[in-house]
Amino acid sequence: MHLVILGNGITGVTCALTVRRLQPEARITLVSSESAHHYSRTALMYVYMGHLRAQDIKPYEDWFWNENRLALVHATATALNTAENLLSLADGTTLAYDQLLLATGSESKLFDWPGQELAGVQGLYNLPDLEAMTRDTHGISRGVVVGGGLIGVELAEMLHTRGIEPVVLVRDARYWGAVLPPEEANLVDRQFQENHISVRYQTELREILGDAQGRVRAVVTTAGEEIACQWVGLATGVTPNLALASTSNVETDRGILVDEFLRTNVPNVFAAGDCAQHRQPGAGEVPIEQLWYTGRMQGETVAHTICGQATPYRRGIWFNSAKFFNLEYQTYGYAPAGPVPGLSSFYWEHPGSRAAVRVYFRSEAPHAVVGFNALGLRLRHAVCEQWIARRTPVATVMSQFGSANFDPEFFPQHEKAIVADYNRQFPGQPVALKQRKGLFSIKN
Amino acid sequence: MTPTLSPPLPATSPAEKLTLAVVAGGLLALLLAWADADPARRTTWFWLALGLVSAGTLAWSWLKFGQHPAGVQQDNLWLRASTGRGAIAWITGLVLTGFYVVLYWYSGDDGKGNFGLLNNLVHPLDSFSQALRGRPADQWFLYGTFYTLAILLMGGRALWKYRHSRYQVIRTASVMFFQLGFAFLIPGLLQFFQQPEFYFTYFWPLHYQYLWPSDVHSLVQNGQALGVFMVFWGAVMSFVATPVLTYFYGKRWYCSWVCGCGGLAETAGDPYRHLSDKSRTAWRWEVRIIYTVLGLIIAITALLWVHFATGGTLLGEAGNVGAKWYGFAIGAVFSGVIGVGFYPLMGSRVWCRFGCPMAAYLGLLQKHFSRFRISTNGAQCISCGNCSNVCEMGIDVQQYAQRGEPIIRASCVGCGMCSTACPRGVLNLENGPREGRYQASQLIHADSLRILS
Repeated sequence: MHLVILGNGITGVTCALTVRRLQPEARITLVSSESAHHYSRTALMYVYMGHLRAQDIKPYEDWFWNENRLALVHATATALNTAENLLSLADGTTLAYDQLLLATGSESKLFDWPGQELAGVQGLYNLPDLEAMTRDTHGISRGVVVGGGLIGVELAEMLHTRGIEPVVLVRDARYWGAVLPPEEANLVDRQFQENHISVRYQTELREILGDAQGRVRAVVTTAGEEIACQWVGLATGVTPNLALASTSNVETDRGILVDEFLRTNVPNVFAAGDCAQHRQPGAGEVPIEQLWYTGRMQGETVAHTICGQATPYRRGIWFNSAKFFNLEYQTYGYAPAGPVPGLSSFYWEHPGSRAAVRVYFRSEAPHAVVGFNALGLRLRHAVCEQWIARRTPVATVMSQFGSANFDPEFFPQHEKAIVADYNRQFPGQPVALKQRKGLFSIKN
Repeated sequence: MTPTLSPPLPATSPAEKLTLAVVAGGLLALLLAWADADPARRTTWFWLALGLVSAGTLAWSWLKFGQHPAGVQQDNLWLRASTGRGAIAWITGLVLTGFYVVLYWYSGDDGKGNFGLLNNLVHPLDSFSQALRGRPADQWFLYGTFYTLAILLMGGRALWKYRHSRYQVIRTASVMFFQLGFAFLIPGLLQFFQQPEFYFTYFWPLHYQYLWPSDVHSLVQNGQALGVFMVFWGAVMSFVATPVLTYFYGKRWYCSWVCGCGGLAETAGDPYRHLSDKSRTAWRWEVRIIYTVLGLIIAITALLWVHFATGGTLLGEAGNVGAKWYGFAIGAVFSGVIGVGFYPLMGSRVWCRFGCPMAAYLGLLQKHFSRFRISTNGAQCISCGNCSNVCEMGIDVQQYAQRGEPIIRASCVGCGMCSTACPRGVLNLENGPREGRYQASQLIHADSLRILS
């Protein structure tokens, strides 16, 4: 079997590694136009900030590919002929496949703003973007970041570490309003304040203004304000990269359409990761998932199907993480941003506003826990997942809260304060903290 | 990977420049102390130098790290010439290496109180040495003073830099405490009271002579009851306390909490920790070299005892010749010249990683007889590589984290920096039960490929 994988991001690489495990004899080729080797997209910001070098964000050393017989082709795929199972490359050669995985990822989403084509206006998704940002932020004094999501705060932090003043435009009334409840968003806002970064909430981009050389010189916001700047970062999301799929008879909508086995409409052609759009997403799930973790899971799932062990994609209990300047964020399970009928939540915040926890649970007895938000403290993934999967009552979770503590040794342990606060807010059934985090306690 | 342009470095603030100028002024004063012919002026220059370097370093650390919100602060680490193997790093490496060469081979006492090339820096310390040790200074006292000062000053820097992590704060305070108390003041005071100079925080096989017949003999002879205790202490620490403590806490109880070499690496070496080579090739060299050194020192120690027990007949002088060469090649060249001199180029743990027989011994215990591991938090790893980057021992931590596996490596000194630097809270140093110690997370499926041989 010759498996050709288009894209060497986390989805394509996870698929390649899983197929290698399931079918040691398979011939596997990874094709990428972006980079010769797999690198971690999530680490781009650390290269810009000088924490890491470009070669440090490769998750595997270069010998790894050859030793595991994973062929790498650094070329742009220009056309896909599914009738003859042929992939055309920009250098004029073709590649024949038995199975094909499209893991072509995303591209930055633009909203047809006037001036978005000016020099110094960009998103941050791939290596060329990083290169452009490095070049175009040289010696500038102010950059405008559009978007109140994860990439928005990353761009602001990147500029900040260079001594460049960022101005952040956020459409919602609070940071990441679609995901974070107001209290959590407020803690993120405090990070912006501590780092002296100005954020304009309820403000969108209306227009980008250029100078005579075709370079950005200012933006105009929907509030009518003109902000002088020399660089604009567009962090308003990404959209599936359909460049290759659209040269073929593979069906697409916003993304490449796939069934629950991540199969496209064409036999032997699969799609997974950022570029895939699920025809029938699971209840409460979105059709297009653009996360590192879901990319990894989809890559692993599709590998099984490719190897003849048809496996439906099941995302399982949700989890995600991020870091906003110095504030770490972890979330597990169902953790909506606003009130939901039938759902209650308990929120605790450290008096110094450095840490917070929110526990979501069903309003009706026995008050099964459904999700967690953690900010500034670390929760054990396995323990939270188990609580959610077993529909553990919130009182039980609170009494054992120490077993989810993943903070390093000697860190202040907040469980007592958390449980006391819980008992104040929910006096019906007083909870006693039974399990603290000890020096020798481990729950795998 | 496409080589990216270097992003612009932000300008250093005038206040920071001023503090760095004070440090430079201190180094200049030290040069003047070294060159001045007049003993009184020399002493003045010398103490002025220490004062300026100390004040400048602490003020700079406070400005650089204390003035920013608490958190991971490693902006521009790879971009600066001082910490990214640039010109400044090479010069620093040359100066450090040169200092060690001069210290080991060109500053011996000529019998008349002249200490070769370092003479002019040794004598300004005479009065201090008299007060502490009841005897004039020598080149080793000068070295000890510089060493301790480096740990205290750069320890101050580390305290500010890592103040958001209680683990790092307590650990840094610990290495500062053990260096100042157990590796500087107590050995000095012992000499003051006419007792053998003894370091209670160094044991065989790192301080190999402590269990050699010659040292055992002289400790018992010169130290009387205290000397017997010292021999007993050394043996108990090497063969009882080390396995027991390592069983419960991993080798970190020593390497990154107590040891003086570790103390210097964790403080003065902190700006260079990311320079350690993470490649598989480096790991292979590490295994080849460090266990060879351990084997050598065990063999030499055994030979010396056989030699001693048989009244010097059996095996002739082999042990003594081995001891001499070991002292030169490993004790001086490897641990000193290369170990510290190459900080700015190869990272702060070259000696600990490739050479230290104590680390080898502790590492075997840690790998096979310990509860210690670094746990991975479920499937939260994003393969960003920050953990591997900050690992001073050159462990590619990410290889384990991205597969959801716990990190159990002989070389890990448990500095905890991977846990501190991880932006997603994935890593945690834990002492758990030995059952299931290697158990990977069920939430991420290890690719089970041969990543590390």
